[in-house]
Amino acid sequence: MAGKTLFEKVWESHVVSSKPEYPEVLYIDRHYIHEVTSPQAFDGLRRRGLPVLRPTQTTATADHNVPTINQHLPIKEELSRFQVQKLRENCEEFGVELYDLGHEKQGIVHVIGPDLGLTQPGMTMVCGDSHTSTHGAFGSIAFGIGTSQVEQVLATQCLLQYRPKTMRIEVNGTLGKGVGAKDIILYIITQLSAAGGTGYFIEYAGSAITSLSMEARMTICNMSIEMGARGGMIAPDETTFDYLKGREFAPKGENWDKAVAYWKSLPTDADAEYDRVEKFNAEDIEPWITYGTNPGMGMGVTQSIPDIAVNGTSKDMTKALTYMGLDPNQALQGKKIDYVFIGSCTNSRIEDLREVADFVKGKKKADGVNVWIVPGSKGVEAQAMEEGLDKVFVAAGFELRQPGCSACLGMNEDKVPAGKYCVSTSNRNFEGRQGPGARTFLVSPLMAAAAAVTGEITDIREMIA
Amino acid sequence: MGFTTLTSTAVPLPIENIDTDQIIPARFLKATTREGFGDNLFRDWRYDSNDQPKADFVLNDDTYSGKVLVAGKNFGCGSSREHAAWAIKDFGFAVVVSSFFADIFKGNSLNNGLLPVQVTDTFLNEMLETIESNPEAKITVNLETEKITNESTGKSESFEINAYKKMCLIKGYDDIDYIISGKESIEAFESKRVVF
Repeated sequence: MAGKTLFEKVWESHVVSSKPEYPEVLYIDRHYIHEVTSPQAFDGLRRRGLPVLRPTQTTATADHNVPTINQHLPIKEELSRFQVQKLRENCEEFGVELYDLGHEKQGIVHVIGPDLGLTQPGMTMVCGDSHTSTHGAFGSIAFGIGTSQVEQVLATQCLLQYRPKTMRIEVNGTLGKGVGAKDIILYIITQLSAAGGTGYFIEYAGSAITSLSMEARMTICNMSIEMGARGGMIAPDETTFDYLKGREFAPKGENWDKAVAYWKSLPTDADAEYDRVEKFNAEDIEPWITYGTNPGMGMGVTQSIPDIAVNGTSKDMTKALTYMGLDPNQALQGKKIDYVFIGSCTNSRIEDLREVADFVKGKKKADGVNVWIVPGSKGVEAQAMEEGLDKVFVAAGFELRQPGCSACLGMNEDKVPAGKYCVSTSNRNFEGRQGPGARTFLVSPLMAAAAAVTGEITDIREMIA
Repeated sequence: MGFTTLTSTAVPLPIENIDTDQIIPARFLKATTREGFGDNLFRDWRYDSNDQPKADFVLNDDTYSGKVLVAGKNFGCGSSREHAAWAIKDFGFAVVVSSFFADIFKGNSLNNGLLPVQVTDTFLNEMLETIESNPEAKITVNLETEKITNESTGKSESFEINAYKKMCLIKGYDDIDYIISGKESIEAFESKRVVF
């Protein structure tokens, strides 16, 4: 019998029950919730007269619609304030731990989980947010769910699921200078398209992946959903263990040794088989940028926008380019931009901030460009300050804001005005994603920092030694 | 909801990769109930920046109406927001037809009695042509036999829906009832579960 993949090992160890033609009942180790996709789920529990079955396995935070300045003041926008208030009431009533606005552990749900050591290898984890795939970087099965499913997990600590197919994506070789995790994942999405991973759970492997830090691995897994995959995961290894050791909720003492021994049994067996395998070379990847209105519409920064769509029909391409105010065959290098956003669950971790600070030290942002840098959590913010990164950002003319989802999704006060161009480290370039009419170019933190300094789309490689 | 068969005119939306941010933009996700999202369905395609209806958008065009939305492939990609399914349902659609659906959206729809019907590209394109040339054209969706029919051409195609969800849709049954009916197995699982 063939061996098992990482995915199969984790999945099979969480099946509570199964019967033919029915979805499997999958046990969920950890559940994260936030203010936007949970209120209707708690209402459902009330309607059914049910408690939260295992309240200690759910952790809540407020991130999506919180302001990123003056967080000590009441939220100005009434509906946002009400939604956060509702989360407080629900967590209080049902006994769920909440890292509220102002709490030292508050932050973007996909940043705080790993940061606190709540996210661990071999777990099943869900959240009412598609970027839950982030946590797969630890070798866990983590994916986004809808609100009815949030209610399901609150009520039963289980989820009904059909088993997805497995896909292995290998990236081998050595990345060139100025090329990082964000470029890898944007490159992969461009190759496979915005729907190319639908129905699959991905495992990322290969030397260009295993050599990455945990933060970089999270960036990769985070965007699995942008090609339609439910999630992406990376086998746990020494990098994973080193990252987790000593974190607040990580196993301690004897339990730590037991946990590591178990985690070491999780990587895919040599003779395991996948439903699909894709291989890429790290040497083919250059700093990547999107030009269109889905994350699959991307290209190397030195390239020109294609004549016809790589993905979708040319009608979609015309619609996308009209929205973006761009033309087929146009090069993007040198294109003037208005905003730079460095943040989101894709790129707001301490490593991202360090990389940006290291590059902008002694430089200034271009005139007329607004640069927002938004740490992913209170923890990241405190660490950045301890390292003096805040001073570097302020000296460069960047606006260092407080933790939250910020300008990634146009739901809080941080929005990019209609028609303006924003170079962004976030994960979606959909129409209106950063605000009605806003035009988004998705890039890596280094590419964003380069654009902030020059005021135009710039190949980062020309600015570093 | 007890739906088994539906015959209706349809609304064509021949755009591919329609993401859930288009279906319901994030700034309209602030309600804490499931109702009322239909008002903001396709908000930024439907209304201009002064909240005036855009005449060229199909939902503002009286020519088309009905309980079936027919859209391009990879419908519902992006954010997991269930509000997208709520908005489509709340607006009055009961069925969405496309040649490909994003996973999470498909699950969310089924959990809300909104039926996603996946057809081939050929069948989809023909259906779009039919509706655009004759807005009165009827589509029939039969959940029991898992068949969709373009009444103008008489052509039918089978669609798949898993046996469990089909039972839920027909009987108005719900996932939580189902899981709770096996509560002992959850407790048995937990008693063996290794926690570090």
